[in-house]
Amino acid sequence: MATDKTSLQLVTNGILNENPIFRLVLSMCPAVGISTTVMNGFMLGVAVLFVQVFSSCTISLFKNVIHPRIRIPTYTLTIATWVTVIDMVLAAYMPVAYAKMGIFIKLIVAFAIITMRLEMFACKESVTASFWDGVGMGLGFMFGMMSLGLVRELLGQGTILGHDVLGFKPLLFFVLPFAGFFCVGLMMAFFNYIELAYRRAKRA
Amino acid sequence: MIAPNYRRILLLLLCGLFLPMAARAAGLAAKASFKGTNEIVLSLANPADAKVLGDPAHYRVSEEQNPDISLPVAQALVSADRSTVTLSFKEPLNTRLTHLVTLNQGATKKGQAPETFRVSKSYLGYLLSILVSALLINNFVFTKYLGLCVFFGTSKRKDTAKGMGITFTIVMVVSAIMSWFFYQYILKPYQLGFLQVVIFIGLVSLTVQAVDTVLRKVNPTLFKAFGVYLVLVIANCVIIAVPLMLADNEYNFLESLMLALGAGGGFLLALYLMSSARERMDLANIPPTFKGVPIAFIVAGQFALAFLGFSGLKLF
Repeated sequence: MATDKTSLQLVTNGILNENPIFRLVLSMCPAVGISTTVMNGFMLGVAVLFVQVFSSCTISLFKNVIHPRIRIPTYTLTIATWVTVIDMVLAAYMPVAYAKMGIFIKLIVAFAIITMRLEMFACKESVTASFWDGVGMGLGFMFGMMSLGLVRELLGQGTILGHDVLGFKPLLFFVLPFAGFFCVGLMMAFFNYIELAYRRAKRA
Repeated sequence: MIAPNYRRILLLLLCGLFLPMAARAAGLAAKASFKGTNEIVLSLANPADAKVLGDPAHYRVSEEQNPDISLPVAQALVSADRSTVTLSFKEPLNTRLTHLVTLNQGATKKGQAPETFRVSKSYLGYLLSILVSALLINNFVFTKYLGLCVFFGTSKRKDTAKGMGITFTIVMVVSAIMSWFFYQYILKPYQLGFLQVVIFIGLVSLTVQAVDTVLRKVNPTLFKAFGVYLVLVIANCVIIAVPLMLADNEYNFLESLMLALGAGGGFLLALYLMSSARERMDLANIPPTFKGVPIAFIVAGQFALAFLGFSGLKLF
């Protein structure tokens, strides 16, 4: 079975229709835990993009020799290998950002989104399609993390990427860790509202 | 016939656990304990010279492992009845370690041997504090924001929540014990620390597969009830976070067990609370844009706020 979507459609699918954070509601732990700034979101997004793309390609490459009964452990070990790679690279070249990320880089191994894409897509499709699907999902995750980070950083600290934009701090509430839950909930509701309004406008 | 026997054995075991504490208290003429992170309180059996007691120079404090490194005493406060002395330190002490306090009265009274006190926290209390901390104060779901995918996925109904919580706790404990053995006896001696992630996740999948196979053969009814949750366990970040944490903190076996139990119990608690709230929410009139997941997030945020109240809680 091969997908009939073009590479562009695969990428936009990951960013919009099946956005990992806002649509599939997967990989919520970092979305709540460390989405306090745009930069954090970007860094973790890059790590996830890397792991997703390389795991997708690896599984897609070896899909014919993996026995179906041991596929889940194979996926987990593949992801764990790539996570170890990005973990060591970040620790070596970006120690400051790595320290901020804490345990979350290592926890990418348990992110449901990556395993799900391997199970649903990469184990059936060609390497090229899996690559673009991985890129789409990774970018979608990065987009979700960065938009959350943007809202929380702007409302909480009045800055974007560390630059002072507003000149004052509107709601300190959004920087506090537990506000991640509220922020994700409110943004999901916002996207739902846009979709409902769009449908209503289409019907009228 | 069997039940009373078991009870007696359990009682004996419990007494055995408390025995060392009683022995330690009886063997010393005076007691010493930590107060906060940078104070030690000595209570003396017989009142001594206030001048000697009040002088920081007469004390020598060190950790039991490093007796050569003396920790400077900033101030020694004697109480009015001269029965207790409070030693303050500039830098916070590592209260997890046993400390030795030597009171040297030899400068004023010749022929009197220096007295040494051992200061340590009750180990049982320390273990319990790890458990309670993982359960409430640092609840993995509400204050560490881990395991959220499974948390939102399986907290729709109480039955599901209970099943998932119990399955998760069992797998958590078993895999944490195995991870501890692997870390202490294979990864650490051979300096394979960079393989942590691969080994730990491999052990978790192995545990899940093993529990699956054993449960299927031994108790099919239980398997029917809990089997579906087993696959979900792998996708839960907590299951990999706990082995990583116990490797980072160099916990010993009992401490690791307590952390795993606390993490599992905390997850069960969070799931049960959330499912109770969500069952009620099904009946409530919620705006269409918030229906389903968004409102669940808002409620989880409120739970997290409530759990913030546990922070700073100190039991032992």
